Amino acid sequence: MGKMIVSCQTCGLLCRPAAAVEPGRCPRCAAELALRRHASLQRTWALVVAAAICYVPANLLPVLTTNTLRSSESDTVLGGVIYLYTTGSWPLALIVLIASVMIPVGKLGALAYLLISIQRGSVEGSRKRTRVFRAVEFIGRWSMLDVFVIAFVVALVQLPPAMTAQPGPGVPFFAAVVVLTMFAALSFDPRLIWGGFAERRQRDG
Amino acid sequence: MNRRLLFTCVHDMAVAIAAVACPGCDLLQRIPPLQTGGKARCPRCGDVLAIRPANTLERTLALIVAAGIVFVVANTAPLMSLSAAGLQASTTISGGAHEMWLQGRELAAMVVVFCTVIAPGAYIAFMLAVLLSARRTPAPRWIGGLMRGAGLMTPWSMPEVVMLAILVAFIKIAALATASPGIGMYAMGVLVALLAAIKMTFDPREVWRRVQWAR
Repeated sequence: MGKMIVSCQTCGLLCRPAAAVEPGRCPRCAAELALRRHASLQRTWALVVAAAICYVPANLLPVLTTNTLRSSESDTVLGGVIYLYTTGSWPLALIVLIASVMIPVGKLGALAYLLISIQRGSVEGSRKRTRVFRAVEFIGRWSMLDVFVIAFVVALVQLPPAMTAQPGPGVPFFAAVVVLTMFAALSFDPRLIWGGFAERRQRDG
Repeated sequence: MNRRLLFTCVHDMAVAIAAVACPGCDLLQRIPPLQTGGKARCPRCGDVLAIRPANTLERTLALIVAAGIVFVVANTAPLMSLSAAGLQASTTISGGAHEMWLQGRELAAMVVVFCTVIAPGAYIAFMLAVLLSARRTPAPRWIGGLMRGAGLMTPWSMPEVVMLAILVAFIKIAALATASPGIGMYAMGVLVALLAAIKMTFDPREVWRRVQWAR
């Protein structure tokens, strides 16, 4: 092994690793050093697939049930968007539509695209792909919006017998989609976009 | 030049010019001396490498103390209240998670309470500890652990999403009954602004500069 250097992921200090397999700890902040995030591609793929599976029940199962004296109504995520639209607040409907439907799908698609392009050893458009990843990182948290909205509505609309609200079975799945995609973005190593993966795979077998 | 020699040269050069590797793409580079208010980006991938705000540690400490106080208010004061047919109800931020738990959605309740209360609270606590211990010269070695703690909490602390969710919930509920905003809602708005300001005034390099280590 040549004299490699590795950048500490906590404090940014350039360190000489003890060995390529176990680089040791950063002398300044004691963080464990790693040349790349461990098993980044496998982990990210696993989390993306898990999130995609959870996405189906998250959208098919109701997320909110509202009971009044006269009626009881269950809404899915999309149903909630339509409800907002028909009650006249289309800007709000648009925000919720973007946050709960378009962002999760876009995030899964973007991560799958990044993973595939790395595995194919693509060297083109690295800067563009880095920008895609940064957008995924930045925007992902916003899909938690609907989960919080449901929590606040459920907490507040508790006026029995006139009016009550209950969270539906879709909520845990929806929360799982957001958490899993956030973990996927955290386990993805953007430095892989800049190459070296194909050669390393050949060398390490 | 063979591979081994090249690595040696690169390493010695990196140490000599106090280089850094870009966290986004691993490009080795030297950050030029920045003017106050300046910002350095990676020329290859565009990641922000460094910022240089004025009096970073003092200002961030002031903002963190303020954020801590506002955080307590935002979590204890009622967010909003609702009245219909002579009945009244009000809730706090953690009340949302609590009600979900009571209604049998424990997993979702845990996610909500973590992202709305625990993560922002822990982030503020870690940052407060970092800034207080960085005032000692030299800064203690365990400050690295505190910085990692704050970094771990950052993606999960989402006050701006909570703020938007409060507004959406408020408008949704206002369609059903008479809703009125509470102090907690305003406090949440202030907290969002304070945490955004902290991101812009905190320069972690200043903390690392104060740590003594075996070179």
